[in-house]
Amino acid sequence: MIITDTENTAAKVLTKELHCGNKSGRILEKGMKALFFLCACVSVAAVVVICVFMFAKGCPAIAKIGVKEFLLGSDWSPRNVPASYGIFPMIVGSLYCTAGAIIIGVPIGLMTAVFMAKFCPKKLFKWLMPPINLLAGIPSIVYGFFGMVVVVPLIRNVFGGTGNSVLTVSIILGIMILPTIVGMSVSALQAVPDSYYEGAVALGATHERAVATVVFPAAKSGILASVILAVGRAIGETMAVIMIAGNSPIIPESMLDGVRTLTGNIVIEMSYAEGLHYDALIGTGVVLFVFILLLNLCFNLITGRKDKG
Amino acid sequence: MTQPKLQVKNCDLFYGDFQALKNIDLEIQEKEITAFIGPSGCGKSTLLKSLNRMNDLVEGCKITGEFTLDGVNIYKDMEITELRKRVGMVFQKPNLFPMSIYDNIAYGPRTHGIKKKAELDEIVETTLKQACVWDETKDRLKKSALGMSGGQQQRICIARALAVKPEVLLMDEPTSALDPISTIKIEELASELKKNYTIVIVTHNMQQATRISDKTAFFLHGEIVEFDDTHTIFSNPKEHKTLEYITGRFG
Ligand SMILES: Nc1ncnc2c1ncn2[C@@H]1O[C@H](COP(=O)(O)OP(=O)(O)OP(=O)(O)O)[C@@H](O)[C@H]1O
Ligand SMILES: [Mg+2]
Repeated sequence: MIITDTENTAAKVLTKELHCGNKSGRILEKGMKALFFLCACVSVAAVVVICVFMFAKGCPAIAKIGVKEFLLGSDWSPRNVPASYGIFPMIVGSLYCTAGAIIIGVPIGLMTAVFMAKFCPKKLFKWLMPPINLLAGIPSIVYGFFGMVVVVPLIRNVFGGTGNSVLTVSIILGIMILPTIVGMSVSALQAVPDSYYEGAVALGATHERAVATVVFPAAKSGILASVILAVGRAIGETMAVIMIAGNSPIIPESMLDGVRTLTGNIVIEMSYAEGLHYDALIGTGVVLFVFILLLNLCFNLITGRKDKG
Repeated sequence: MTQPKLQVKNCDLFYGDFQALKNIDLEIQEKEITAFIGPSGCGKSTLLKSLNRMNDLVEGCKITGEFTLDGVNIYKDMEITELRKRVGMVFQKPNLFPMSIYDNIAYGPRTHGIKKKAELDEIVETTLKQACVWDETKDRLKKSALGMSGGQQQRICIARALAVKPEVLLMDEPTSALDPISTIKIEELASELKKNYTIVIVTHNMQQATRISDKTAFFLHGEIVEFDDTHTIFSNPKEHKTLEYITGRFG
């Protein structure tokens, strides 16, 4: 933008035109720049403020309860005297449900993505992709309803128990993460240069082999990124989960036991909690937040590596 | 005369409604280098690709006519994977896979069922030597192939194509993105490979065609205007259009 002391009159004329030929134009441009910069700052500021708030409120409570008792204590009874604040059952619950969602959602999602990107006729693609994308737009409360009305009774009838279980939550979360996995993986697969595929078939590989051994591995960082994002979504999901989880703060012993997640713990008790109980819930949020930060770190490492080479 | 290695009879090719090749007849002899020359868009790549059926990947591409390899119809009586094993291809832009050099070369043999490590090691070494990149690659076989220079990558591509032991090698402007030294290396390589392979090469470089090819086909608007010994084409062409093209008066 800055062209100084140049003898090139054409360039001068051009710059003048760009700058509307007067000083007010230049000021306007600077002002716009500042405005854009300010907007960019808003989201950064939001992240910083949230971080500060969470850690400032949550960490003292965790310290007061004791880090070990808080993270590894398996008794959560905030109303007992003396109260006990162990969130281990919720940590385990969140991990179980997320793992279940991955086991159910990732294989289905990846196979769908490979089919959509490399096997699906164009005409069918037009019909299949919009419903998959729509899955992402369905509010989580609707997933909760669906879980309550359809999946819970199904699990109850087939396996017995209440039906509010790790399995039920895993199924619903597995469905909820599908659009993230499919959408991003399809893009990653489509972004693989055709020349790789052509190179493989030109050597006599079949379509299936070329896709499985060349195209899919070439897209793997994008695919892995989609899975990590999906994990983030599963671990942070709240509304749909509390409607079908049973929510007792006990470590589940089987897939058919009820479960309470970190998010569930917060949302269920926040409305009436006071004092240390209240702060312990924020502490629960801090733990969740740390999980998400770690996932984000992985995401950045993976996508960063892709950009480099 | 002996049976030609590759024969094209009466070929018409359409991309949708657009006719890219018109009534092509061509005989390619074994262990010769055949060059395709002609202005951009005249159908050289199109004909080359139909020789190993890479045009099958193009949607809306219709081909008529008869293509034979050693007398066998490649569109009717041959498995496509078998055809592509026997007729290899080197593309205009190096298109190595994002894997190690070793895995790139071993990809073809593995595809065709060679599993033994010793055998694969042997193939990797001989083909890289054949393609004159062994010295540059022998210490970094396990490193990503994409870290090599463009000229080295193109020679590794040739090695990769040779690794499946093809009979015919199709090369589409293999040197168009390379510096003069890499170009010379690949030309020498082609002349060397001629002893064992049949080569078809598309080129925009007249000198290249005269330097390495035995036969030359001159294309214009989807037709072969003239096909003859390279020497004849460049010294004494029968068609006026050919003369105009090789003397640089159009195209
Ligand atoms: N996939 C395709 N779909 C539609 N038309 C195509 C396709 N590929 C090539 N064509 C057309 O067919 C004609 C011949 O193309 P081709 O690529 O064979 O030319 P070429 O002689 O190789 O040119 P160049 O020297 O520029 O590589 C061109 O007019 C081109 O526009
Ligand atoms: Mg071409």
